[in-house]
Amino acid sequence: MTQAMYAATKGTPPNKAMAIELRDVNKWFGSYHALKNVSLSVPQGQRIVICGPSGSGKSTMIRCVNHLEEHQSGEIIVNGKAVTEDLRKIDEVRSNVGMVFQHFNLFPHLTVLENCTLAPVWVRKMPRSAAEELARHYLERVRISEKANSYPGQLSGGQQQRAAIARALCMSPKIMLFDEPTSALDPEMVKEVLETMVSLASEGMTMLCVTHEMGFAREVADRVVFMDRGEIVETNTPHQFFANPRSERARQFLAQILK
Amino acid sequence: MTDQSMHSPIVSALIPAMAPPADIRPGPVTWMKKNLFSTPSSCALTIGFVLLAAWLLHHFLSFAIFNAVWSGGREACRASGEGACWPFIAEKFDYLRYGAYPVSERWRVDLAELLGAVLVAWLLWTKAPQRKLAALLFFLVYPVASFVLVRGVASLGLPVIDTTLWGGLLITLLMSIVGIVFSLPIGIILALGRRSELPFIKAVCVTFIEVVRGVPFITVLFMANFMMPLFVPEYLTPDRLLRPLIAIALFSSAYMAEVVRAGLQAIPKGQYEAANALGISYFNMMRLIVLPQALTIVIPSIVSTFIGLFKDTTLVAIVGIADFLKAVETARVDPNWAGPTISSTGYLYAGLVYWGFCFSMSRYSQSMERQLARGHKS
Repeated sequence: MTQAMYAATKGTPPNKAMAIELRDVNKWFGSYHALKNVSLSVPQGQRIVICGPSGSGKSTMIRCVNHLEEHQSGEIIVNGKAVTEDLRKIDEVRSNVGMVFQHFNLFPHLTVLENCTLAPVWVRKMPRSAAEELARHYLERVRISEKANSYPGQLSGGQQQRAAIARALCMSPKIMLFDEPTSALDPEMVKEVLETMVSLASEGMTMLCVTHEMGFAREVADRVVFMDRGEIVETNTPHQFFANPRSERARQFLAQILK
Repeated sequence: MTDQSMHSPIVSALIPAMAPPADIRPGPVTWMKKNLFSTPSSCALTIGFVLLAAWLLHHFLSFAIFNAVWSGGREACRASGEGACWPFIAEKFDYLRYGAYPVSERWRVDLAELLGAVLVAWLLWTKAPQRKLAALLFFLVYPVASFVLVRGVASLGLPVIDTTLWGGLLITLLMSIVGIVFSLPIGIILALGRRSELPFIKAVCVTFIEVVRGVPFITVLFMANFMMPLFVPEYLTPDRLLRPLIAIALFSSAYMAEVVRAGLQAIPKGQYEAANALGISYFNMMRLIVLPQALTIVIPSIVSTFIGLFKDTTLVAIVGIADFLKAVETARVDPNWAGPTISSTGYLYAGLVYWGFCFSMSRYSQSMERQLARGHKS
């Protein structure tokens, strides 16, 4: 994209209906150009699946949305707020954006219930009893309420990931980011996590999901974003993307994962 | 794949679990067979070490108990000349505890020590009720109370006892408690500072840690005691006991910082990211997520540092402070008690006292580790 266009988009006010807007985002790790002019608009309630070969910048992109990674140029606007250096603003953005990680990242020294109540109590300043009620509600929803007083180490991978989803939901986020949520799971546990995500999608949550679960993409995604070598190569409906990808790179990628 | 395996029968019934065969069933006999007498050389080693232990124990017990003099006075000790002279310890017991602290005021030390012991027990007993209150009392109220009691405040009817009169176990306990209580929080702050992204804070912490660790403790004590008065005007020079106290707290906090840093490095990046993603502030993230895990990992090293600190307090004798070991040393050369076994008895007693304190710290930390591990073991 040219400098002129970059300048043109820079000043435009954030679109209120957009949950996430990325405008010409660039990111370098040292001298490695990890994201190249990435632009993406996600309206409220839309479900986006991001796929692409390993090292293509999928995770980096969604990690930029809640500033786990810092972008060096371009704009990221989340719920109408620009993600910048300002720590207070970042925490405000983060508390409205839930994130689910590949390796769950539950806090091993706390019970599942304590994992869920920690942020509501210390970030939202919720009374403990209210936070526990909320946590039990979401643990019920991801169907592991009987594990509330267990420690993460006592749970199976699938249960841990569902607990992690409940933990994110306890902050009542407007947006959920999923960074390869099923990649570290044993095959028989993938389904229970995907089912949880499908039910979340059916309730109108805005979702950005890095995944290779093409069945999930077909079922719930409004759009599939295909990335390769740090750029968005193709954005398409799931049906079109799987049946008839427009780009050669997407065709090659699909040929490799769908034998 | 061979034809046979292709057509192997389908197993439909579950095979029931069976008890292990007798020779691998756990029990004292199988344990001994496996661990003590498995090969001829392990038999030889086992027997050799049992004999060595028996020989050492025999010598220790005959000196400390069987041949020891339990009653009578110096004459009895001189006459026996083989075993420990416990009447000597009995007579010097108070001196070893309080040093030259005036006899009529020693109840104040007793009271302060008793209060401290109760609060420490309350704080360390994990199932005790109201431990937050105990922490508050121990860290805020107790220092003031024990200062008022031990040093004295004339207006409260407690005459001031100059620190030059303090001595014995009182000094050792004071030094170690102050060192332990201050070194951990200062060490944590230094460790966090060393990992800070702000270059100035990082530089200050790294410099402090590396300078302090690069200088022997005795040098620090000498500097605190002899050099500080040269540079600082007299009315600003802290008390002669306070100087080594500050020195020991700062000295051990540098070591503590490195111990804590080891724990911080063991915490996966994902823990920070999860906390960040939830919008948890740096302070709360450290307090609630990172430090509880990091400190649990390094409990053995923290307690090692505490034990080292407890024993390092003996070094303050070098700047003329009569700690417990120094008191033993003074008592031992008392000409009234001159005798062949007096020195051995004194050192044996000192060794037992130090060992008792250090061993209980070690046992407590082990029980702590077990307790914390039980919490989140898979």
